[in-house]
Amino acid sequence: MKFIRIAGLYIFIASVVLFSATLFMGNYSLTETSIEQTFSDKKARVTETFAKVAKENGVLDKTYSNPFSFMSDVKGLFEKHNQQVSKDIAKEKGISSEETEKLIAAATKNGNVVYTKEVVDQVLSGEKAKTLDQSTNWMYSPGKTYDSVETFQNDLTNKVNDANRNLAKEFFLYDNKYSRFDITKAASSGIIVENKGLFLFLTFGLGIIGSLMFIITGLFLKPIPGIKNNGIYLNNATNRGWVGIVVFGFLVIFYVLLYFHPYVIVNWTSIVDPVKALFIENGSASQWFVYGLLYTVSMTVMAIRMFIKYRHNQYQIVRTAVVLAFQIIFAFLLVEILPLFDLPGVDLKNAWPLDYNFLTDWNVKNYLEAGHLGKFMFFWGIILSLILVPVLVYFYGKRWYCSWVCGCGGLAETLGDPYRQLSDKRLIAWKIERWTIYPVLVFAVIMTIIVGYNTYYVINAPDIAAANQNEFFGINAYRINEWYGFLIGSIFAGVIGTGFYPLLGNRTWCRFGCPLAAYMGIIQRFKSKFRITTNGGQCISCGNCSTYCEQGIDVRAYAQKGQNIVRSSCVGCGICSAVCPRGVLKLENASDDGATRHKVPEVILGNDMDLFEMLEENK
Amino acid sequence: MEHIVIIGNGISGVTAARHIRKLSDKKITIISAETEYFFSRTALMYIYMGHMKFEHTQPYENWFWEKNRIELKKGFVKHVKDASKELVFASGETMKYDKLIIATGSKPNKFGWPGQDLNGVMGMYHKQDLEKLEQYAPNNDVCKRAVIVGGGLIGIELAEMLQSRDIPVTFLVRESSFWNGVLPAGESEMINQHIKEHHIDLRLGVNLQEIKADENGNVKSIIIKETGEEIPCTVVGLTAGVSPNVDFLKDSNIELGRGVKVNRRLETNVKDIYAIGDCAEQHEAIGNRRPIEAVWYTGRMMGETLAQTLCGNPRDYNPGHWFNSAKFLDIEYQTYGWVFGERGRPDYEQHFHWKHPKKHICITIAFHKETRKFLGINTFGIRMRHHSFDTWLNENRSVEYVLEHLADANFDPEFYKQYEKEIVAQFNSEHQTAIKPKKRSWKRIFSY
Repeated sequence: MKFIRIAGLYIFIASVVLFSATLFMGNYSLTETSIEQTFSDKKARVTETFAKVAKENGVLDKTYSNPFSFMSDVKGLFEKHNQQVSKDIAKEKGISSEETEKLIAAATKNGNVVYTKEVVDQVLSGEKAKTLDQSTNWMYSPGKTYDSVETFQNDLTNKVNDANRNLAKEFFLYDNKYSRFDITKAASSGIIVENKGLFLFLTFGLGIIGSLMFIITGLFLKPIPGIKNNGIYLNNATNRGWVGIVVFGFLVIFYVLLYFHPYVIVNWTSIVDPVKALFIENGSASQWFVYGLLYTVSMTVMAIRMFIKYRHNQYQIVRTAVVLAFQIIFAFLLVEILPLFDLPGVDLKNAWPLDYNFLTDWNVKNYLEAGHLGKFMFFWGIILSLILVPVLVYFYGKRWYCSWVCGCGGLAETLGDPYRQLSDKRLIAWKIERWTIYPVLVFAVIMTIIVGYNTYYVINAPDIAAANQNEFFGINAYRINEWYGFLIGSIFAGVIGTGFYPLLGNRTWCRFGCPLAAYMGIIQRFKSKFRITTNGGQCISCGNCSTYCEQGIDVRAYAQKGQNIVRSSCVGCGICSAVCPRGVLKLENASDDGATRHKVPEVILGNDMDLFEMLEENK
Repeated sequence: MEHIVIIGNGISGVTAARHIRKLSDKKITIISAETEYFFSRTALMYIYMGHMKFEHTQPYENWFWEKNRIELKKGFVKHVKDASKELVFASGETMKYDKLIIATGSKPNKFGWPGQDLNGVMGMYHKQDLEKLEQYAPNNDVCKRAVIVGGGLIGIELAEMLQSRDIPVTFLVRESSFWNGVLPAGESEMINQHIKEHHIDLRLGVNLQEIKADENGNVKSIIIKETGEEIPCTVVGLTAGVSPNVDFLKDSNIELGRGVKVNRRLETNVKDIYAIGDCAEQHEAIGNRRPIEAVWYTGRMMGETLAQTLCGNPRDYNPGHWFNSAKFLDIEYQTYGWVFGERGRPDYEQHFHWKHPKKHICITIAFHKETRKFLGINTFGIRMRHHSFDTWLNENRSVEYVLEHLADANFDPEFYKQYEKEIVAQFNSEHQTAIKPKKRSWKRIFSY
């Protein structure tokens, strides 16, 4: 049994090493086919021009062995393509340099500039005249005068170039992470692309098999159920030792690549193409599909670990099963299935403000353009955030979401469980927490107001939105949305939130950053039936509860005073109660009146001296 | 400003200091030879087992003491000169006090066994014991087998600790069944089974004859008195109870019994000297309690009580209804009120015992044969609400009442299976009663 366990560990490690190594396998080659594939939804001219530019620069059909060298040559092509297209279009239907010279000559009389609509009409006709009129009518005399002919020449040449470029705009390409990803994916070939199924088995398949071998053998090696945290602080993986640091590095690199350089991980997307194809014929997986699959698989495997580790604890079993079901059904399957019915592929349990794009124009349009069901889904989002969330927090505490439904919470409670003890319990950490989580909530609210305002106009009165330049209070809606997404959505929630599991514990995001957690926390603290009840005088101050609180709550500080735990940050995971050797803590939804929730007994129950009298005095 | 000096930074001393600070502005000094800062002794086992680091056993952060103006002094007090109100440290230093609180706790018992001071023999009480264990039993290569002598709560904890590092353990218990001086027979037997199920070599009804040394003065083996069997081992844990740590007071005028003799005000015979916690011995036992109570929460209560007295609010130490809890490997145990084992059980005490057919879950309820008054409950594998039982004991409720409202007292986590129906059904059939268990009611729970 021990052998199987160790073998499982090695199989798992091998699968992870291979998974990483796949990024350096296969070839990348920009061919006419791959260019066509990349720009299949664009006009034919784009493909032709891009191929031409690629050829001129010696990149076409050149084979690269890794995505980095491929991209270092390819990324410059986008701008070159745009220049080329501009030039071509200018030649075809733009204002030529001869025409520009003619215009300048016609407008220059005796060293003076007299530029008018007549001059334009004199040299040009039809579309060309109309275009130039539109872009240069503000330059007409006598409204504007020129110090010298040179000034006019420069201004007009620039404007003509702009106008020409504008004509080409519809064929432009933009160098961003999405276009880089698309072009790299289409250009990839070789061992991975030809053996997707095999690599799917060797990475995901063996990873699952290996980790399950490691996990399930525990059932036989430690056959008696009960809290078994033996060796956690003696193990390099879970005490911030070198294994933890390696895992930390792996996770951070993973998130940086996923969010900012997805082109690097196209091989991973190829590996999971066969899974994507289960939903759409010949579906091509995006980096988000890789992430969603990896997320769901990790959660499932680690949920099995939870089922085994806490098999004596019904609360943990039910909670883990529910949070896993929400991940599989809502965050994974429905997101893939809904679009098959022409509905937006959204995670229906993802509540604002955790879902920071809820009111972004493209998101709202997605809903509104998807018929009655789509509109209903939009309303569902509003009801979820504004009614369901607070009402359920009142009855059950924020745990109903954070540790029973939420995807971030689900990952933290499964994959992150081995790291829960690493959360910082010091008072200073609590102070920092309050200085980060509430500002994030304020940021989210302000961002949403600005974005929502803009979306309203974009949908109902696009002219006004354009006239406002998509601004509200001088802040551009798209920019603030982007910045929020970058700082909070990607860096905080992803890179730090999950990447730092092995160093800061599994709830860094939930504790320090999540605006939804902040929102629910306020309700939980002031108006909720939920509390953790302390069982009279049974606490022996051992500190298991505080050590294993993933939210860094010093549970013992309350329990040893005989005081109930009523804290905004508690996500109700129930582990403090599970690890308590003396049966001191119980998560309860009871009365919401302050007295029964907060009461601090002056003398801990057990000393008769004046307990009841003193409680009376306190009233 | 009055200077209050507390010897001992355990739960009693620290609780007294905290409450004196809450109630007054007096100067407070806590002296300890063991550690710089207060830690929870009950958690030492979890450090060895890797559940926690030492810092996690400290309930207060290091800045707490200065912020609350509680001075900490590391040192070993050798003499108490009560006439001149002065302490003398082993280092030769002295310290004046106005009021002295002795809270020095316990030390492991040693009964003069041959070899009891060899290398590799240790108790499991002080932080230094933990360090010693880490030295002599870091893993099962260095320590091929350990023998534990004494079947109490610390003994089984030490067994669990060693077992967490896969070190084979032989567990010598003097009694014929584990902890049967306290537990009724059925419960004691269940724990025996559980210990064996963990592959701990449990030897019941045996005593230690001697500990044998190798040529370097290290433990080599032990001999069992009854059988003469020699068991090779490299570590011996002596966990045959604890006794008050009061040797340093022998040359003072303070009256000593086994511990420091105190009255209900926790005063010693010398004015301005008090004793609390494990080292205090009541002149007369309170109720069914022992004169010396080496229990975590009684130390805490004595600390709170004495703080009131010292701050002008004199109170008697008046512990309420007995309660306690422990964990035997994987089985949690709680008790409220009095449930006696075979030893010392009063004639009027009748027991009702229910046990889960398969799992290690059981309860024993003690009640008065004639009056039917509820006397106490032991639960294994079921958590109970302290407040409910405290109230029922105060209100002198009958066993029938307690069974009827048992669901109110259940403190198991949500979704756990509850057994009130089965328990009451068995009671009804054994006692020809017709009790109907009521559903849990928050209204009642909060009214208790």
